Amino acid sequence: MERNPMRRQLAIMRQSLFDQGYLDEQFIQLEELQDDANPNFVEEVVTLYYRDSARIILNLEQALERKPFDFNKLDGLMHQFKGSSSSIGAKKVKAESTLFREYCKSGNAEGCTRAFQQLKREYDTLKRKLEAYFQLARQAGPAETACRRK
Amino acid sequence: MNSSGGKGSMSTASSSAAWKAGDVVPDQFPAGLRVLVVDDDPTCLMILEKMLRTCLYEVTKCNRAETALSMLRENKNGFDIVISDVHMPDMDGFKLLEHIGLEMDLPVIMMSADDGKHVVMKGVTHGACDYLIKPVRIEALKNIWQHVVRKRKNEWKDFEQSGSVEEGDRQPKQSEEADYSSSANEGNWKSSKKRKDDDDEAEERDDTSTLKKPRVVWSVELHQQFVAAVNQLGIDKAVPKKILELMNVPGLTRENVASHLQKYRLYLRRLSGVSQHQSNLNNSFISPQEATFGPLSPLNGLDLQTLAATGQLPAQSLATLQAAGLGRSTAKSGIAMPLVDQRNIFSFENPKLRFGEGQQQHMNNNKQINLLHGIPTTMEPKQLASLHHSAQSIGNMNVQVTSHGVQGSQNNSLLIQMAQPQPRGQILNDSAGSHAPRLPSTMGQPILSNGIAANVSTRNGIPENIRGPGYNPVSQTSSMLNFPMNHTSELPGNSFPLGSTPGISSLTSKGAFQEDLNSDIKGSGGFMPSYDIFNDLNQHKPQNWELQNVGMTFDASQHSNSLQGNLDLAQSVLVQQGFSSGQMNGQNRSAAVVSKAMFSAGDCTEQGNAQNVNHHLNNLLVDNTIRIKSERVADAGPANLFPDHFGQDDLMSALLKQQEGIAPAENEFDFDGYSMDNIPV
Repeated sequence: MERNPMRRQLAIMRQSLFDQGYLDEQFIQLEELQDDANPNFVEEVVTLYYRDSARIILNLEQALERKPFDFNKLDGLMHQFKGSSSSIGAKKVKAESTLFREYCKSGNAEGCTRAFQQLKREYDTLKRKLEAYFQLARQAGPAETACRRK
Repeated sequence: MNSSGGKGSMSTASSSAAWKAGDVVPDQFPAGLRVLVVDDDPTCLMILEKMLRTCLYEVTKCNRAETALSMLRENKNGFDIVISDVHMPDMDGFKLLEHIGLEMDLPVIMMSADDGKHVVMKGVTHGACDYLIKPVRIEALKNIWQHVVRKRKNEWKDFEQSGSVEEGDRQPKQSEEADYSSSANEGNWKSSKKRKDDDDEAEERDDTSTLKKPRVVWSVELHQQFVAAVNQLGIDKAVPKKILELMNVPGLTRENVASHLQKYRLYLRRLSGVSQHQSNLNNSFISPQEATFGPLSPLNGLDLQTLAATGQLPAQSLATLQAAGLGRSTAKSGIAMPLVDQRNIFSFENPKLRFGEGQQQHMNNNKQINLLHGIPTTMEPKQLASLHHSAQSIGNMNVQVTSHGVQGSQNNSLLIQMAQPQPRGQILNDSAGSHAPRLPSTMGQPILSNGIAANVSTRNGIPENIRGPGYNPVSQTSSMLNFPMNHTSELPGNSFPLGSTPGISSLTSKGAFQEDLNSDIKGSGGFMPSYDIFNDLNQHKPQNWELQNVGMTFDASQHSNSLQGNLDLAQSVLVQQGFSSGQMNGQNRSAAVVSKAMFSAGDCTEQGNAQNVNHHLNNLLVDNTIRIKSERVADAGPANLFPDHFGQDDLMSALLKQQEGIAPAENEFDFDGYSMDNIPV
């Protein structure tokens, strides 16, 4: 167990993200890629994800403003978004994306709108949590955070 | 790589050096494997890059398919494997896959968050060597090197299997050549090549009738060489003996050339002549039934070209030629028109199909079988466009397209030209939209490309005879079309509009058939690919060829035709290291490799260094696999290929069957020359 209280706190925070289903195994893959040469790899990837996915979210919002819905387009956008989200291990966000796509496929506009709202909530929640996590990680010291788990 | 030390820093040369088909793989392998990863999603791209680096691979990332293609084209031997996303904004991943397969013959792994069976199947049918579901785990990437090795081994195997007399001599040489580890090898290769050439030449001549004649697979490269030779001699003066001499491909016999020339003439005739009929011819070409089917396709184009060059062949003679060449009934009465409604190989009619989009439907609707035999319909539009582009006048079209004349588009024009003025005009007009440009006013140029295109196009409905160019079996017709189209710029040296990527992909994408066809094409002769490749080559790096040529001592001379020269070299070199000349890659490689002779390390375009040679070799291997694929497809083809209207489903199933069973399609292509890959059943 981590000696440093900050590190310990970091570990606890990290574990809860997994336990509560915010993150999945893919996040661990990212962590394992982090090494001395790229000590902040995970944070960099997550930052890139949020930057890029913000664009997709915006496109989705715009598409959802046009009635009637272009389900193909929505599905396509969500496919992209899902791919990105899954690659960082954003488990809940990914689940919401899948749900959204189901609604698209069945042409359920109402379902799409609801699913999108839910998705955005999860997306924002995760963002906050990860930001807090990385901030703590930086404070806790680079050595530990760079250490590969497993 | 990060601090991984030596491994990570393995140079390209050494990494390729590591690749010795059949040899013990160097310790560091697969470290240093050169991977090109293409994905529009920056997050995924970043993660993949890091994962691949962790696997000790050399990674190049790219977020646009077009960029990736140009990177690949510029540096044909610069990569060992490509990983690409399926959904990308600028180009469909499958299209990219087709292009790569056609042009460079590299193993391609598709990825997507989409794990639907349909999509995965599409990957299979388009020739992807693997399909990864996102999110990709590093474990999945650790073993991608197997695809590279597998491909190379297959190529080698093909090579070795080509049953030619020379085989005996060649094999030892091949193994030398297969060693593409470094310039040292290149040196060996060169000398082996020379040795081989001498031996082969002598043997060839003697053995043609007595020894078992290996089937010659008229790969794109080989065909280009042929076309170059024909052009050089002048279509009317092009006699097999002289062509053979010019081509200087070890192991190639006068008979091989003669039969190929016959087909080529038919092809040319077709090009200039009856558009619809042509398609018919094409169809017949494609019909696998004939043993000579495979080879015919390319030949058809050639023939036509020749015909075109000489001025229109009378329908009758053309028909005769075709019939002879094809051995099929389609050639009846002059230009077999019938196929007009078949999918058009070259959809002259559909200019808009040009890039694939239209193609598919076009193909299906039109059913025209491209005039050119075996010219894939898809190619057509493009080709036509290119044809038009250059030629502007139907009468002349001569395949301007590439010096060597064969560019997909050219074929079209040739077809157009050939034959009857009327039809031609029409054809041109129709296709003009799309392709035409290529046809140069002087027909001198072989229309090879057209033929190829035709070959490709036949994909649509026509059973594949297209084998020639070895396009990727991707069935989108549209892709084929695109292919030639792009090429409007005709590469002076290149006969094949390989460069035009769109076309390439289109080739492959033509519908189910196409797949078969494609594969055939790839294998057999890869005409189609040649076009592009050559074009590409020309465009991109003429110098490379020169270099290569120089090395190869081939008289690549010609300028942009150097491609052909390269081909020659490659071919003569036989199996040498991979001629993967970067550009020629796609087709050349396959073609070259396939035909025993092909393995010449000659690879032309490579930047002319030893390393390239190595790479080439690698590529060759890769190519071989492609060939094999096509061969396989061919098998499936015969039965299906034939009908004028092949249900795509039939083709598809045939294709699938083939793919599963890996039927030795190779037989189909029996050109009476070397069989490049006798894929055992």
